Amino acid sequence: MSQERLVRKKVLVAKLGLDGHDRGAKVITMALRDAGFRVVYLGVHQAPEDLVRTALEEDVEVIGVSILSGSHEELVSDLVRLAREKGVDVPIVVGGIIPPEDVPKLKELGIYEVLPPGTPLAKVVEVFMKAVGERK
Amino acid sequence: MDSEKLKQKILEWESEVVLPLIKKVPERKKVFTTEEGLEVRRVYTPLELERWDYLEKLGLPGVYPYTRGIYPTMYRGRPWTIRQYAGYGSAEDTNERYRYLLSIGQTGLSIAFDLPTQLGYDPDHPLAWYEVGKVGVSTPAVTEMDIVFRDIPMDKISTSMTINATAIETLAMYIAVAESRGVPRAVLDGTTQNDILKEYIARNNYIYPPEPSMRYSVDLILYTAKEMPKWNPISISGYHMEEAGATPAMEIAFTFADAVEYIRWAKERGRVDVDAFAPKLTFFFAARTNLFEQVAKFRAARRMWARIMKEWFGAKDPRSMLLRFHTQTAGVTLTAQQPMVNIIRTTLQALAAVLGGTQSLHVNSYDEALSLPTEESVKLSVRVQQVLLYESGVVDTIDPLGGSYYVEWLTDQIEERAWKHLEEIEKMGGMLRAVKLGYPQREIARAAYEWQLKVEKGEVPIVGVNMFTEPEIPKVKILKVDPVARERVVSRLRKLREGRDKIKVRDALDGVRRAAEREEVNMFTPIYEAVKVGATIGEISGVLRDVWGEWRAPEVF
Repeated sequence: MSQERLVRKKVLVAKLGLDGHDRGAKVITMALRDAGFRVVYLGVHQAPEDLVRTALEEDVEVIGVSILSGSHEELVSDLVRLAREKGVDVPIVVGGIIPPEDVPKLKELGIYEVLPPGTPLAKVVEVFMKAVGERK
Repeated sequence: MDSEKLKQKILEWESEVVLPLIKKVPERKKVFTTEEGLEVRRVYTPLELERWDYLEKLGLPGVYPYTRGIYPTMYRGRPWTIRQYAGYGSAEDTNERYRYLLSIGQTGLSIAFDLPTQLGYDPDHPLAWYEVGKVGVSTPAVTEMDIVFRDIPMDKISTSMTINATAIETLAMYIAVAESRGVPRAVLDGTTQNDILKEYIARNNYIYPPEPSMRYSVDLILYTAKEMPKWNPISISGYHMEEAGATPAMEIAFTFADAVEYIRWAKERGRVDVDAFAPKLTFFFAARTNLFEQVAKFRAARRMWARIMKEWFGAKDPRSMLLRFHTQTAGVTLTAQQPMVNIIRTTLQALAAVLGGTQSLHVNSYDEALSLPTEESVKLSVRVQQVLLYESGVVDTIDPLGGSYYVEWLTDQIEERAWKHLEEIEKMGGMLRAVKLGYPQREIARAAYEWQLKVEKGEVPIVGVNMFTEPEIPKVKILKVDPVARERVVSRLRKLREGRDKIKVRDALDGVRRAAEREEVNMFTPIYEAVKVGATIGEISGVLRDVWGEWRAPEVF
């Protein structure tokens, strides 16, 4: 997909839950922007409701959430449920401190991809591009 | 030393020895740089120290400008405090972990609170529910704090608390528990982090807007300066800024800019001389793997702080000039890939902290890029400290790297860069203003992104991540917080709300509200009174949110 076509692709990046570690979310926001995405960056302390509402209002094509507090299972499960209820049918990507054994559980919930610590930015961008591409 | 002769020798060496060699065997890189971005030369000689005055730059341990160490005997007299940041699940889980840590040789406690406690929500609040007991212990009320300290001698052990937006509530609980056991507040030894500025900059556990938050923080400083002689009311923290992406010079400069802001506020609010509270200020920095630069950072920081206190604030009491600091090994350097390698990283980092003259130390555990540490992994962290202290011999003389041409050059360079950052913030009108403009937030985010781009290009090598990689992240035994902990905390909280004297609680919360509304009142005592009658963190913060409002971060990018 060319840079020009990507310009219109809008994605959401947010910190889900009360966790304040936002280095990863900010770095990924900058990398996605450099790759041509339009990123709505919601920042810290976001509830599942906030993400779903923004996803609807801004009509984003991917939701990226970052969680380092160990609460990923419950938060993501509520996010997925709420998104379904509100008819938000976009891929959700999860990054942060996620132990390997939790990855299958998140995938079962319907998460598009889980990006553990140390994931190269190129891989992050690739995942978002693929997620956008598969929607069309 | 004949420096002309040395210069001549170096020129000869470069042209006759080095050049012919690197024509045949080139060096691995064209330019070698530190993490700060300083270009590192092939070798350092006495020429670095040509116009360098030993007494002016270093002096002796325990003597201004304290570059070599803040105490005359340093670790020969007293070792640093082995203080692992810990806490998770319910008060019982945390109490058990503390007693374990003390049993294996830890010498001080450091409480990790969960996010709801740090953000002023009770555990049954809808936003809090997910996070109860996850990154720390849940202590919504004095009843939980009592269990955390069961069978722990509060009159003997020093306790550090990573608590900021709810620091007064938390310290009040600690005091209430101690007093119920006959330990008066005046003998309590420990630290409240209470550094709200770095929350806006990097850590994000803020509640109220900056001005009332500064008042709150300074009120704790002023109260304890009078009533709790052994208490360190604040730990002004560069650690979280480093974790968010700050370079070493940014880390110390932004920390000092925060400190300067607290001092100005405290002097004005308390109408007191700087020496009335400055000896109680403490600091907190990160230790990264780049050994010599980190040691230089700590040395530069000590020298800068002494000068700031003496020259900017006219401190007379030498204790006001001492940079007393805690160090934690840098969490961001931990890798999920090949996690055992983290033990080697943290050992180097701990060595940097010790060679840098830290007063207390936390060593991260190898599994922390995956989850909270297990008992087994945390034991290794304590053992790393014990090997450094008892086996390595690096503690036998003070500042053993002092006088190294390279380390002295690095110390000067880091200091010079840090002064520039600090002056930049002064020009903006100080850190509070800079924070509202989003300046340090932006600088740090930019540095983090630049760093990541270097990792991508392989310019920053990370073993197991961009070199010597293995296909899978291995499954290691990790700690999972028992969901029962949450039920336990919530059911106890409900019981507390039922059983307490409702009128006393209502009156005490009214007292907190009236105090918050009147600028000149110190917040400490009204909050202490509320905590004592069983008011919860969520209730007290709720009142303060109502009066002061909540902070929304400025758009950084």
